[in-house]
Amino acid sequence: MILRKHDRVLVQGITGKQGTFWTEKMQAYGTTIVGGVNPKKAGTVHCGVPVYGSAREAMTQGGFDHSVLFIPPLGVKAAALDAIEAGAKGLSILTEHIPVQDVMYVMAAARDSGARILGPNTAGQVTPGECFVGFMPAFNQAVFKTGRVGVVSRSGSLGVLVCLGLVQAGLGISAFIGIGGDPVIGTHTREAVEMLDRFEATDAVVIVGEIGGAMEEAAADYVADMEKPVAAFIAGAAAPAGKKMGHAGAIVSGGKGTYEAKRRALEEAGAVVLDTPAEIGAVVRSRLG
Amino acid sequence: MNFEEQAAKPLLSKAGIAVPEGRLVTTAEAAGQAARELGSVVVKAQAPTGKRGKAGGVRPAGSPAEAQAAASDILGMEIAGHRIERLLVERRAEIEKEYYAAILNDPESRSPLVLFSAMGGMDVEEAASEAPEAMRRLAFDIRSGLTAAQTGALVADLLPETQTQAVAELLVKLARVYRESDAELIEINPLAVTRGGELLALDCKLVLDDSAVKRREELAATGSPERLSGLEARGQDLGIKYIELDGNVGVMANGAGLTMTTMDVVSHYGGRPANFMEIGGEAYTKATEALELVLAHPRVKSLVVNFCGAFARTDVMTEGVIRAWEALQPKVPVFFSVHGTGDQEARALLGERLGIEPFATMDEACRAAVEAARDAGGEAAG
Repeated sequence: MILRKHDRVLVQGITGKQGTFWTEKMQAYGTTIVGGVNPKKAGTVHCGVPVYGSAREAMTQGGFDHSVLFIPPLGVKAAALDAIEAGAKGLSILTEHIPVQDVMYVMAAARDSGARILGPNTAGQVTPGECFVGFMPAFNQAVFKTGRVGVVSRSGSLGVLVCLGLVQAGLGISAFIGIGGDPVIGTHTREAVEMLDRFEATDAVVIVGEIGGAMEEAAADYVADMEKPVAAFIAGAAAPAGKKMGHAGAIVSGGKGTYEAKRRALEEAGAVVLDTPAEIGAVVRSRLG
Repeated sequence: MNFEEQAAKPLLSKAGIAVPEGRLVTTAEAAGQAARELGSVVVKAQAPTGKRGKAGGVRPAGSPAEAQAAASDILGMEIAGHRIERLLVERRAEIEKEYYAAILNDPESRSPLVLFSAMGGMDVEEAASEAPEAMRRLAFDIRSGLTAAQTGALVADLLPETQTQAVAELLVKLARVYRESDAELIEINPLAVTRGGELLALDCKLVLDDSAVKRREELAATGSPERLSGLEARGQDLGIKYIELDGNVGVMANGAGLTMTTMDVVSHYGGRPANFMEIGGEAYTKATEALELVLAHPRVKSLVVNFCGAFARTDVMTEGVIRAWEALQPKVPVFFSVHGTGDQEARALLGERLGIEPFATMDEACRAAVEAARDAGGEAAG
């Protein structure tokens, strides 16, 4: 489910400073923004689109496919449930520092409705030449030139760096999926890789991961069966050891999560794992032949 | 946020999970007095960390004199970097068996996960890796919570019939504590079965989700704040996550992922980062304060500034850095790499105000910073 130009996007929190700034950028780039939500400003027009009292109202009055949330942490649960109950097919939750139990509540509702959630704490997604949601410099041609490489990244800033490296090497981007940096997120690395693998505009996939969790290891299981070449960079090789919590973390992770474990899993699956992001252009070029 | 055992256990007893009767004391005399009231006791160091037992911070005492002696040994001890100033003196239970119970946030299922094993105690991690099937796991829907039917089915074949119901109900109560305290983790280890057949939580570990502190202020007030160095505390006051490291290349980048990567690349070229510092999210507007913090580290010999703007606008961050630079006029050399949202404006600003041209790639900027730190002498890099 790569976001396309014809997908109708709702902006929850459209009237705020960030909501306004990025809605204008999304519109200028080509994203089909059909409306916004702010219960206090329902009935007005902002950024040239109608403002609704709720996502539910937006759905009955004009309809939308995807909602992007510019909502403060403690308001996200209600806003996301509103969008899910309204029948959104997808949500991009950009907010950082949402209580994790709120996130899990939203995930449970999305599981029931079949909505695909990106984030929380994602910078969004970009389909170069078509549209983007979130806060990505999609309009920056040095970073998001249209091309054939799909990128999945936990980090927004690092994702930008990797796309830049690909473009500097004369390549371009087919789709960028920011899955988000929170511990509990709606779309895992593996699912994003599957989406890129099925996306016909993509010839190669780049995974930008980080230490912690087991998502890169799970993605490696899928990568092993892929025909499209895969390159990866895992941030955190030099990071100092983090805090340890109880026994439960170690019991659940079962040795996964370290830089070495992720690198080994991806290499065994046939992916090239980079020592520094600077190698990205040359590696992907050579793998594409 | 972590909690000491003495702060976590009241949550259990409020929810109807039995804990040993105990007294929180700060002197050896008070520990002796507590033992006079409670009888045979265990004297336990209080610190927000595991390994207290293995470090010698937990001692049984059969008499008030023994309790006082144990307390005077333990008070002032250093365990995992924590100086022990408080002791929990608890009535000693007659233990038949030790179980393990926990509930935690599970990224894989995106749900809470309940864990239970009939083999609890200090070596539970080893036991769980040797016999994974003995560690029961169940992801549950946070909207409906756990039911005794679910937890009963989870543990039934591990336990004698007489205990299944009690354990099932205890896990339901534990799930309620987890939910009401916005826990990231709540763990009872060991969960003892006494000679009388009762369940008793001998220890409890609680981690509160940092993102939920704002709506759990009362609970958070009983937690153990992170221990920070002077610079780290300054960062916290500014709303900037700063971790002091022992290298000499100062690192300033936006976003945790890019910051970690910048540190990786500095290390890759043989240098050692002086800090981790995250100015992602809204913190990108605090570049001036952030730079002051990085430069306050006494060992910093060079600085790499690596901005890759998505949400964070590199022109705003760069201007913040320039402002700090003009005010502080530091002597250390600085190496920039600036890309993404606002990079054209940022380049122009650097040229006009500092006469600096950013490097084409972060690798070049990092390598130059590593070499400059090496040339500046002091500690050898790498």
